[in-house]
Amino acid sequence: MSGPSTYQPQSPFMKWLEQRLPIAGLVHSSFIAYPTPRNLNYWWTFGAILSMMLAVQIITGIVLAMHYTPHVDFAFDSVERIVRDVNYGWLLRNTHAAGASMFFIAVYIHMFRGLYYGSYKAPREVLWILGVIIYLLMMATGFMGYVLPWGQMSFWGATVITNLFSAVPFVGDSIVTLLWGGYSVGNPTLNRFFSLHYLLPFVIAGVVVLHVWALHVTGQNNPTGVEPKTEKDTVAFTPYATMKDVFGMSCFLLFFSWFIFYMPNYLGEADNYIPANPGVTPPHIVPEWYYLPFYAILRSIPNKLMGVVAMFGAIIVLLFLPWLDSAKVRSSRYRPLAKRFFWGFVVVCIMLGWLGSKPAEGIYTVLARVFTFAYFAYFLIVLPLLSRVEKTLPLPNSISEDVLSKGKTAGATAASLLALVMAGTLMFGGVQSAKAAEGGESPPSLEWSFAGPFGTYDRPQLQRGFKIYKEVCSACHSLKLLQYRNLAEPGGPGFTIEQAKAIAAEASIKDGPNDAGEMFERPGRLADTFHSPFPNEQAARSANGGAVPPDMSLLAKARSYPRGFPQFVFDFFTQFQEQGPNYIDALLQGYQDTPPEGFTLPDGAYYNKWYPGHSIKMPPPISDGQVSFDDGSPETVPQYAKDVTAFLMWAAEPHLEARKRLGLQVMIFLIILSGLLYFTKRKIWSNVH
Amino acid sequence: MTTETSAEPTRRDFLYIATGAVAAVGAAAAVWPFIAQMNPDASTIAAGAPIEVDLTPIAEGQDIKVFWRGQPIFVMNRTQKQVDEARAVKLSALPDPQTDEERTKAGHEKWLVVVGICTHLGCIPIAHEGLFDGFFCPCHGSQYDSSGRIRQGPAPLNLPVPPYQFVSDTKIQIG
Repeated sequence: MSGPSTYQPQSPFMKWLEQRLPIAGLVHSSFIAYPTPRNLNYWWTFGAILSMMLAVQIITGIVLAMHYTPHVDFAFDSVERIVRDVNYGWLLRNTHAAGASMFFIAVYIHMFRGLYYGSYKAPREVLWILGVIIYLLMMATGFMGYVLPWGQMSFWGATVITNLFSAVPFVGDSIVTLLWGGYSVGNPTLNRFFSLHYLLPFVIAGVVVLHVWALHVTGQNNPTGVEPKTEKDTVAFTPYATMKDVFGMSCFLLFFSWFIFYMPNYLGEADNYIPANPGVTPPHIVPEWYYLPFYAILRSIPNKLMGVVAMFGAIIVLLFLPWLDSAKVRSSRYRPLAKRFFWGFVVVCIMLGWLGSKPAEGIYTVLARVFTFAYFAYFLIVLPLLSRVEKTLPLPNSISEDVLSKGKTAGATAASLLALVMAGTLMFGGVQSAKAAEGGESPPSLEWSFAGPFGTYDRPQLQRGFKIYKEVCSACHSLKLLQYRNLAEPGGPGFTIEQAKAIAAEASIKDGPNDAGEMFERPGRLADTFHSPFPNEQAARSANGGAVPPDMSLLAKARSYPRGFPQFVFDFFTQFQEQGPNYIDALLQGYQDTPPEGFTLPDGAYYNKWYPGHSIKMPPPISDGQVSFDDGSPETVPQYAKDVTAFLMWAAEPHLEARKRLGLQVMIFLIILSGLLYFTKRKIWSNVH
Repeated sequence: MTTETSAEPTRRDFLYIATGAVAAVGAAAAVWPFIAQMNPDASTIAAGAPIEVDLTPIAEGQDIKVFWRGQPIFVMNRTQKQVDEARAVKLSALPDPQTDEERTKAGHEKWLVVVGICTHLGCIPIAHEGLFDGFFCPCHGSQYDSSGRIRQGPAPLNLPVPPYQFVSDTKIQIG
């Protein structure tokens, strides 16, 4: 993009076009002939990975918007309809939701890389500032996207974050009302968030163009921090950097697919599978993992306004980084002290992330203050001071000299990459343990046929579970997202279409008005859902001691419990996704006739070991011998509990088998592709070394 | 020496082609979900189940419009005059030759059931209008006769007959 293009059009058409719109020349000089330092390591491929992630998010987002309804009454169900009914909708939704996390993983690596190698230093200050602007836009976009499914976390996240602006003196409350478009978070809020969530990625794309433009004017930084001097210091962007980037992207896609296909809910909050309820706040409101460090900073300051100022200040300080650090040497490789402080800063960020996921009480608050101080001290004290006192190591004369003198550093790169993955896992796990303060032990982990990468549902078990739902649970609970036709679909309990029709016909569905303008009852059809036995919410409340029996369609995904350290690390590798089923099974068996000593049970409630607060309005629903099985399975409470839980897991995710099957194919494909790309890359680079 | 230099490029070419081919297959496969998502989803398909229509309220000479799969279906109780007119037409005079018997159910000749969408560009024709005692499309002037067959105007085909059957003498199931 800088200087006149070296592009020589060959064909007459290209010559004609080049004189009128030199776009081919622009592409050629920016992405083909563009000289890149020959010593770039794999930390530099995250720029390309970020471009890929932006494209993935925009494409999947446009498609999801075709099926999504931005209305408070329909948003939650429309997301579930995408996952359940739209062709490959589950894949698109998982890709978009996990993609947001991947985007932030990549951007954090990209930012830390810039920090370590001094990529923000002259002449690249504008490049860095544009990057910080992109990061701010990403934060706004990610937040608004998280609100759209209109679950509990969406709703309360929106409430909490918009309330940040109420800290502004004098006009704070007016600003918040303005942001909401109402007296509380509601439909106008959802509509504008949807509109802006659709718009901002294109603004990001625009700033990315500026970011890349600025990059191509100044040229890329590199691990030595020494500017390229001669031809020998650089290689052409294509094929050298291109091949390296494509290989990096392919490996990143492998990592990404692990989440898409095998643990789509690992990075999310179970509470967001409960529809938004303005009357009940979740016990702990936690933002998505990528905002946790800033959330910790917000909470560490015991003053509303100052907390908000500190949180925004933590990002704004990045804008001034090029002037806070005035050291002449760029790369921390040649700055022994800066290198140590850099890794200290990485630890500070991870610790802040972990603290952000913990309840704001006791030792956590104290630690959060210490690390908040350390965060700001790094920028405002350490870096300005270091640039004056540090004795740096001698820089190599040129990039090529550095490359020739050093052997391979691939081992070090791989080790640090692994360390980063582990650190990242640590942080994700922090999210899982966010509810640690609720106390109590965890429900026992059970063996489920659908667990693990090759897990499938046990069809006889699903059929038994359905029988229990029909004969016991359906007296109070609905399954509003499940249709009778689902019973006969692949991946389900394996009923025939005739059996499903017969089951539907047993239900009586309210329909109408007919030609005479009357409501009437008719037998159920395949397209009907498992509706609630109560005519309305009031009736359900009065029949159940004041508590509405929850809809069970998503129960197995909406229930969770803390796993704590170090389980979440194993959970990542073993693809543990069975919190919900373990909890439901434990709850069904957790009734005790006599509460433990010292526990006073409210009237009309029952003691349950696993229910939050141990006092549950639902009487023990199942007892031995209540439902008869044809297949000789024991007719006992443990068997019933397990069977109905498996059924509820299927009801929560009817596409689980399809997801894992496609996942295996994609993983195998990506491993082959990455291998081929690696050897191709090596072959191409062998000319250079 | 010569064998080695000639063998090298071949092996390299194979690697490049294999990598490119695998990447291309992956890109093509990745496009598929983005195309497939546009097809009707499972709940839309399930909602397109057959519907039942009660014929008792439709007097002779009247017609009703019902919806099936989002499309208007005309159910017309034809007069004897309309039936006779439809049967008297010579097939050679029709742009899309079909006998009235092919378009109605034996024993229920007075009932005409057609998809009420003009085969020209998708407008909804008006019943009991036009020159042929049948349907007239106001958009571009297509004329259909009392059997719903195209007689005049730009439409190329007759109004299609949807799949339907008589459940009883006074009830049909469409779909």
